[in-house]
Amino acid sequence: MPEEITLQVARYRPEQEDRPTFDEYKVPLRKDWAVLDGLNYIKDELDGTLSYRWSCRMGICGSCGARVNGEPKLTCGTFLTDYAPGPVRIEPLANFPIIRDLVVDLTDFLVKLGAVQPWLIRDEDKPVEEGEYLQTPAELDEYKQFSMCINCMLCYSACPVYGLDDKFLGPAAIALAQRYNLDSRDEGADRRLTVLSQPEGVWGCTFVGECSRACPKGVDPAGAIQRYKLTAATAAVKKLLMPWGQR
Amino acid sequence: MSAIHDVVIVGGGAAGLRAAIAVAEADPRLSVAIVSKVYPMRSHTVSAEGGAAGVIGADDTIEEHIYDTISGGDWLCDQDAVEAFITEAPRELLRLEHWGCPWSREPDGHIAVRPFGGMKKMRTWFAADKTGFHLLHTLFQTSLKYPSVMRYDEWHVTRLLVDDGRVCGVVALELMSGRVEAIYGKAVILATGGCGRVFPFTTNAAIKTGDGMALAYHAGAPLKDMEFVQYHPTGLPFTGILITEAARAEGGWMLNKDGYRYLQDYNLGTPSPGPVLRSMELGPRDRLSQAFVKEQEKGRTIDTPYGPVVHLDLRHLGEKLIDTKLPFVRELCHKYQNIDPVHELVPVRPVVHYMMGGVHTDINGATALTGLYAAGETACVSINGANRLGSNSLPECLVFGARAGTAAAAYAGAAAPAGPAVEAQAADEQRRLEADLRGRGGRERIATIRTEMQTTIEGAAGIYRDGDTLAKAADKLRELRERAAVAALDDASRTFNTELTTALELTGMIDLAEAIVHSALRREESRGAHQRTDFPARDDERFLAHSLVYREADGTPRVEHRPVTITRWPPGERVYGR
Ligand SMILES: Cc1cc2nc3c(=O)[nH]c(=O)nc-3n(C[C@H](O)[C@H](O)[C@H](O)COP(=O)(O)OP(=O)(O)OC[C@H]3O[C@@H](n4cnc5c(N)ncnc54)[C@H](O)[C@@H]3O)c2cc1C
Ligand code: SF4
Ligand code: FES
Repeated sequence: MPEEITLQVARYRPEQEDRPTFDEYKVPLRKDWAVLDGLNYIKDELDGTLSYRWSCRMGICGSCGARVNGEPKLTCGTFLTDYAPGPVRIEPLANFPIIRDLVVDLTDFLVKLGAVQPWLIRDEDKPVEEGEYLQTPAELDEYKQFSMCINCMLCYSACPVYGLDDKFLGPAAIALAQRYNLDSRDEGADRRLTVLSQPEGVWGCTFVGECSRACPKGVDPAGAIQRYKLTAATAAVKKLLMPWGQR
Repeated sequence: MSAIHDVVIVGGGAAGLRAAIAVAEADPRLSVAIVSKVYPMRSHTVSAEGGAAGVIGADDTIEEHIYDTISGGDWLCDQDAVEAFITEAPRELLRLEHWGCPWSREPDGHIAVRPFGGMKKMRTWFAADKTGFHLLHTLFQTSLKYPSVMRYDEWHVTRLLVDDGRVCGVVALELMSGRVEAIYGKAVILATGGCGRVFPFTTNAAIKTGDGMALAYHAGAPLKDMEFVQYHPTGLPFTGILITEAARAEGGWMLNKDGYRYLQDYNLGTPSPGPVLRSMELGPRDRLSQAFVKEQEKGRTIDTPYGPVVHLDLRHLGEKLIDTKLPFVRELCHKYQNIDPVHELVPVRPVVHYMMGGVHTDINGATALTGLYAAGETACVSINGANRLGSNSLPECLVFGARAGTAAAAYAGAAAPAGPAVEAQAADEQRRLEADLRGRGGRERIATIRTEMQTTIEGAAGIYRDGDTLAKAADKLRELRERAAVAALDDASRTFNTELTTALELTGMIDLAEAIVHSALRREESRGAHQRTDFPARDDERFLAHSLVYREADGTPRVEHRPVTITRWPPGERVYGR
């Protein structure tokens, strides 16, 4: 195994340049090192000006997404040896405005997340004193997969539809809406329908499936979207069949 | 621009989000700000794996959970605080359930509980082994429905604004734009988490730099019991990634290099095949980590490039149990250690995990400064005493987050707005950060100083300590404090300058390292996680007391002691495995 590997890291310093460029750095190639360890080595030892996000370094906080040789990855869970002898190209996630270097602007997702009302909606709340809402393991399994989303945005980076039209709600926001819709304790599916069934909602998706391939947590947002299309279609048909007054 | 709110909350982890919801529910007219240096769902709470304790089983009682907590804390907990905490914890966990938290269930749909270290009954609620992740996302998503809660995402707080002993806001740097702004609040709640990153080898995320503790300390509030640092017995070598105690609660064994369950040699009980509560592998963390050091001294650990390890054996649990109860453990071992715990032994060693100490507060989260509250890992109420029990921390964030939120709301509703003096302070802070960006004169790299700080504190305030080494470390840290103040900054940009924030974090961490070392030096006894080889016995006569450390004007720490609140549980022997 060679001792070093070259990282070609995308740089964008808005005060100095009007488009991204690349800087090359040589970092030690160690068996246990993730791409993130390489970036940290650069920051600590070679160039303090490189900006990127990270925190947990265990694949759960969702901060450290970037494109590694073109594919969206969690840099803390992607290992340098898999790219030996290199060079490895590291770029910010696609489809988001770049703030600086590998840091992209996520404001759009946060707005969309709020729009799908990702909280438990009940017609009537039961007082806490009366104990838990019962939920069997099978009922939990119904939505569990969609609750595993760490908001890492790899799926948005992979999604060609979002790349063309940023009004599209996108994979994670829809998966999270489904997470609540499918929760046996929730009664808010009707309220979420308005947002989800608009043209930029589930219907935006042309089922490319890239999002599910990119997802590091097995959430399968594409599956969530397909399943919801069925729900939305049924709801639309029902609405058509209903007498005017009740629409 | 400067913003005005009723309550400003620094931190968007479990404690901060719970506090925000408490304020919003107490009075929807109050405006609440959550200021967080990362998006709230990135907060370190996300990493918590094992679970959250709250009495729910028919065979369990509040009284027993209290006793486990107080004895686990080696009688350094304030007993009135523990009682309030344990009484309110189940209700908080149920509230989370009502907000949608996907707690693991029994076949009949009721909440499931699992055993945990130092607990005599099964009372730890869990969401597989991603409890913190689910808890945090549930709280964050729920917080979105309160219109009075406003967020400042990726704003790094650098200073508290203090007007004549009263805290009335913060100064913060917006990472995206580089703006430095005052955010005024009649009350401020610190919910900034722990400071494990002071140490070189830790389970803690990069953001756990103890900023809130340092902010409070600078503003004049004392820190409490800082010498009590929890080592978790099972971290993966190299990364320090945690293998949750739930792995032992489900029946995992600790083996030395001979394949022997060595904990039986350390007064922790006798081995039986299945897990036994408060015994062997389910003993408290301080005692397990100390046993590791003794095994190492006896030459019975295994050497690796990343230091000595022992083995965690999960093989006998079988694939099915591991996949349903410990899927994240399997994922982490596979990804970061390249092993499969279904078939292979997991190498582990003790790793810095949790700070029992923090900003001194009362039972409602109020600190020594008017208008300033603290909750979660950054605070020390204290319910954890000299050693926290696993799964008590998440419910602590909920119970005391809610209490601090309610208290801050009541205070803010009646408090007057800030006086003009703080505007000058805010301008001062803006100038200080501007000057930093223009360069600080020094040539040393931040990482060099940080590494020296980390090795110094690990050498002096690790699992075992002694007076001489602590005194030397105190001198070394003073020197590092001076060097850090002028450390070089390569980056002069205003846009997302993480080198500047790293430098700010470092100066705060050195202050905390000094607070830890000085508190440890003054405590001439051994209790819980604080073990002095030169004072090996617990000394209730002199030290049934909390350490309070204040920062003098020149930066040196001054340590005082104050008595522990004992109500119904007089100090006794800690008995495990019998
Ligand atoms: C790996 C791991 C596993 C754990 N497992 C368990 C478990 O199973 N059960 C249990 O009970 N406990 C567990 N713990 C402990 C528990 O997770 C933590 O103590 C708890 O989550 C702390 O929550 P918090 O809200 O106090 O702080 P955090 O979640 O750490 O949040 C701190 C917040 O403060 C913000 N902040 C910090 N500094 C600044 C600043 N300068 N400006 C602005 N914002 C700032 C951050 O952005 C963040 O939002 C575990 C800990 C670790 C490390
Ligand atoms: S669905 Fe998967 S890829 Fe998309 S944000 Fe969630 S975890 Fe990341
Ligand atoms: S650093 Fe948290 S997911 Fe990679």
